Amino acid sequence: MDGRRVVVTGFGLISALGRDRHEFWGALSQGRSAIGPIEGIDCTGLRFKNGAQVHGFDPLEHFPDKGAEWLDRFAQFAVIAAREAMQMAHMPPDRLSRDPTAVVTGSSMGGQGAIEQGYVELYRNGRSRVHPLSIPRIMANAGASYISMEFGITGPVYTLSTACSSASHAIGHAYWMVRHGMVDRAIAGGSEAPFGLGNLKAWDALRVVAPDTCRPFSRDRRGLVLGEGGAMLVMESLESALKRDCPIHAEITGFGMSSDAYHITQPSIEGPARAMQAALRDGGVPPERVGYINAHGTGTPTNDQVETVAIRKVFGPHADRLAVSSTKSMHGHALGAAGAIEAIATVLALETRLVPPTANFAGPDPACDLDVVPNEARPLEVEYALSNSFAFGGLNAALALRRWSG
Amino acid sequence: MVQQEVIAAIAAAKKIPPDRISLDSTFEELGVDSLDSLTILFALEERFDISIPDEAAREMRAVREVVRGLELMLSARTVAGGDTTVRG
Repeated sequence: MDGRRVVVTGFGLISALGRDRHEFWGALSQGRSAIGPIEGIDCTGLRFKNGAQVHGFDPLEHFPDKGAEWLDRFAQFAVIAAREAMQMAHMPPDRLSRDPTAVVTGSSMGGQGAIEQGYVELYRNGRSRVHPLSIPRIMANAGASYISMEFGITGPVYTLSTACSSASHAIGHAYWMVRHGMVDRAIAGGSEAPFGLGNLKAWDALRVVAPDTCRPFSRDRRGLVLGEGGAMLVMESLESALKRDCPIHAEITGFGMSSDAYHITQPSIEGPARAMQAALRDGGVPPERVGYINAHGTGTPTNDQVETVAIRKVFGPHADRLAVSSTKSMHGHALGAAGAIEAIATVLALETRLVPPTANFAGPDPACDLDVVPNEARPLEVEYALSNSFAFGGLNAALALRRWSG
Repeated sequence: MVQQEVIAAIAAAKKIPPDRISLDSTFEELGVDSLDSLTILFALEERFDISIPDEAAREMRAVREVVRGLELMLSARTVAGGDTTVRG
C-alpha cells in the first residue's frame, strides 16, 4: 500500500439511537432498535407509519446563536456530530488553521425540509415570498461550510451527493487525501433529515419502505425503514496522531468504489462485488483476514439477496466464516448519513471486540445464507472489517478498516 | 374498460403499440422491470382514483393479474359505495 497510514482519532454522531456515540453504542450493543411510529407528520394515506427519528431535538440547545436559524436540520446534525468528533480527538483549534485540514460531507437530499417549507408557503398557504435564508438552508454543503467556519478550517471543504453512498464516498475521499499527503487530517461523514411529508410520499411511491420494521436478511423482510441523523469521523496521518499522543480507535486501510452502469434502482451483483474488491486491493487487505462486514443491508428483498451473492463472490469459502450484520435494523436507513453511522459502528466493533447484531431478525432466508449475527451482539475479535454502501443509481462504496493494536 | 386502460398504461410506459400487448402478456415478455411497473401502477392509480397496496402490487406481474386485481378493487369500491374503502 502506497502513501501514509491513516487512523481514526475521533468520531461523533446524533441518530435515532441517541444524542452521542455513547448512547448509540449502548443501544447497538444491546440490539435495541429505535424504529417506531413517525412523530410530527400526519402519515394518513402513506403505506408506512414507522421511522427512526431523532426525538426531542431542540436546535436552540445546540445553536444558541445563528446556527438554529441558518441551518436546516440535516446541516445541524452534521455540525453536532463534528463537534463531538473533534472533542473526542482532542484537536487543538490552532492546529486546524495551521495545518492543512479537509472537511468532506455527504448528503443525499440536503435541506429538503427547507424546500418543503418554502413550497408549503407558496403553493398551499398562498404566500408570495419564501424565507430569505431558503437557499443557504437548502444547499447540500451547508453542514460542511458551517463546520469549516466553526473550526476555522481553510483547506479543501466540499460535499458529495451519491444518494445512500454519500457518506462512504465522503469518508473515502477524505481518507485518500490524508493518505496521499494533500492534507494532514480531515473531518468526514454525512447527514440527512428526510422526514418531511413530501419526501415520505416520494418514498411511498417507490414501494420500498416496510410497513412494519426493518428486518435485514430475514425471511419475512418487507423493505427499508427511513432514518435520520449525522455522523462524522476525524482522521489523520498516523504520524500526526502519534505526535499528538492522541488515542487511536481504528485504522482506515482501504477504499473502493464502483458503478453498476446498469439500472437506476435495481442493484447488480458485479457492482457491489467490485467495490468490495477495490477496497481490499486498495489497502492490500488479505480477504481471509476480514472478520466482519457491516452490510448495506437495507431490508429490501432485492438488496439483501444481491449483497449476499456479492459477498460470496468476493470472499468465496471464507464468506462462511464472516460475521455480517446490518445495523440499519436499529438506526434505520439514514441515506446520506448511513455510511458514516455504519463506519462508526464498524470502528466500535473493532475497538470493543463486539460485533453489533442484525436486529428484528425473524428467521433465515435461504437466499441470504450468511452468518448475519441475528438479534444479539457477539463478542468477536476482528482484525479487518468492511463497511458497505450501495446507492440508487448503482453507485457503490466500501471502506476497509483495521483494529488498532498499537 | 379496465383491460384497455391497463394495456394503454403499459403501452405508454414502454412506448410500444397497444396491439403488441395482450391479456396473456407477462411483464417479463414485455420487458417491464420493477421501475416500469411502478410507473404503470401509478398511472392506473391516478386513472381509477384508487390506491394499490404493496402486497397486491407485488403480485401484478402480468397483464391478466393487473386487470383482475384492479377489477376486484373497483368492485369492492362499488359495493362499499365510496372511494375511501380501497385507500391504504
